[in-house]
Amino acid sequence: MEANNVNIVEQTQDPSKSPSGLRILWRELVRDKLALFSLILLTLIVVFVYGVSIILDQDEIVTVDLFAIHEAPSEDFILGTDYGGRDVFGQLIIGTRNSLTIGIAVTLISGIIGIAFGLVAGYFGGHTDNTMMRVLDFFQILPFTMLVIVFVSIVPDYTILAFSLIMAVFSWMGIARLIRSKALQEKELDYVQASKTLGTSNTKIIFREVMPNISSLIIVTMTLNLAANIGIESGLSFLGFGFPESTPSLGTLLSYATNPQTLEFRWWIWVPAAVLILVLMLAVRNVGEALRRATDSRQRRG
Amino acid sequence: MWKFIVRRLLITFPQIILLSVLIFLMAQAMPGDALTGVIDPNVSLEEKEELRERLGLNAPWHEKYADWVGGIVQGDFGQSFRFKMPVTELLEQRLMNSFWLSLMTLLFTYLMAIPLGIISGRYNDTLLDSSITGYTYLGFATPLFIFALVMLWVFGYQLGWFPTSGSVTPGLEPGSMEYVISKFNHLLLPALSMALIQTVSTVQYLRSEIVDTKQKEFVITARAKGASESRVYNKHIFRNSLLPIAAFFGYEISFLISGTIFVEKIFGYPGMGLLFLESILLRDYSVVNAVVLIFGVAAILGALLSDIILSIVDPRIRIK
Repeated sequence: MEANNVNIVEQTQDPSKSPSGLRILWRELVRDKLALFSLILLTLIVVFVYGVSIILDQDEIVTVDLFAIHEAPSEDFILGTDYGGRDVFGQLIIGTRNSLTIGIAVTLISGIIGIAFGLVAGYFGGHTDNTMMRVLDFFQILPFTMLVIVFVSIVPDYTILAFSLIMAVFSWMGIARLIRSKALQEKELDYVQASKTLGTSNTKIIFREVMPNISSLIIVTMTLNLAANIGIESGLSFLGFGFPESTPSLGTLLSYATNPQTLEFRWWIWVPAAVLILVLMLAVRNVGEALRRATDSRQRRG
Repeated sequence: MWKFIVRRLLITFPQIILLSVLIFLMAQAMPGDALTGVIDPNVSLEEKEELRERLGLNAPWHEKYADWVGGIVQGDFGQSFRFKMPVTELLEQRLMNSFWLSLMTLLFTYLMAIPLGIISGRYNDTLLDSSITGYTYLGFATPLFIFALVMLWVFGYQLGWFPTSGSVTPGLEPGSMEYVISKFNHLLLPALSMALIQTVSTVQYLRSEIVDTKQKEFVITARAKGASESRVYNKHIFRNSLLPIAAFFGYEISFLISGTIFVEKIFGYPGMGLLFLESILLRDYSVVNAVVLIFGVAAILGALLSDIILSIVDPRIRIK
């Protein structure tokens, strides 16, 4: 371990050595104007949404006001009100915050499951890999949307954590497959063999040596997954199987559009949420694509 | 090749069995049973308990599972307490609607994907290619339900070109020409919405496949022999790239499944997806289980089909 540390210190000091993975990622991101713009936009949205939602009171916003049902945008309500007389603009901000939070939570949980699964399968290979891949194949083939909906509706005490767990349990397969194929290549390399010869334990090799070496792949995949998860969460909330109306998400606002009257005449309720979901997903994806290019030296722009 | 197919089939059976066990366990976790819905003051609690015993509801779980599977094999999914009819009958109508929707979607998907992919691959790095690539980039990031909502808003409500809900105009006689046209008309917008999003991955795949194949030696040979440009593309390159695409259609089934849930909800199209959503809201669990099982088995068989076609098309997969 000590020898490792010395190496890292040396690398950052010596300019003739190749730059570290994180620095390559960052350089590519700055070179790609679209990705940089997306990153700045995302940062602004995140700061604004989390900042403003500290001042806003979620309970106050979701309180039904029967005297202000379906009001058009005005000075009192910038984006009008919904069928319960609730301020759409406030819901939009809180919804964005909730959608982002859940997206990040699901990405992290499914990432942890997927990374551990993929690393173990790829590192040990052989029969272990074979068995684990059959399990993965099975999970991948399950009808994801339906099972999540069924589980959401039968879980007794339904919380945000429960929702993220349910989603994560059915969405770790993509990242696991990627990590596994990378770990299969990685374990043939000399440093793994050397560590084995030195008697380092498998757990230590997997998580302290192999995992840091594929960290750029992990970062890229998780960024792209975040975009997908924001979409999936809002889709489930749209169907009514995500958050309850008392914790609005962007999908909740869109679900009001299943009322034909709202869809046709009250665009201010659902169009901003739709645009925001698209902007969020595209921005996260732009950043992710730039990072993905950075991990492949043939595709780099910088 | 037979060896591969047999081995692949051997994996499929455990998958289906596991799926059925999973759904069965889910069903056990769902609150209530077949008799909870019976609110009849003439049936006392003791009688209910006796009925439960007779129906086998108090049996150990493995017996119940065997009973359940036995019923399904004979086409008996139980009773829907909401519609008061056997689930099998209920499914028949809905299944046909979803089948037509899926078929139309696949048709549109390939009708769009093949020309777009070929143009994009053949004239890569031109303006035409970058607009197609731009479309695939956007389409990849757009969630289906938002796109479908916008399609419904624009073409259904604002322009009024398409009907906005249902699968057929009520009052038409089944089998008549108007009936068929009306059915088709109701299918068009949902199928197009789904296809416009689904086609994106196929276009991307076909494009990169063609760009790759363009530089292969057999293409250079074909050109050197004096084959015309259109012959090189239509006979040599296209044939090589088309087969994997044809094989992928089995995998498309899982996309279709989650797609139908959203699209049927948005367009009010009475298919399996809408039935699933309605049933789960009303806690009509025998219907829910049947739909999940049918869709799950469809996805498993779709993947099986794709793998087999792929193994025929691409010998490298067989060797592994």
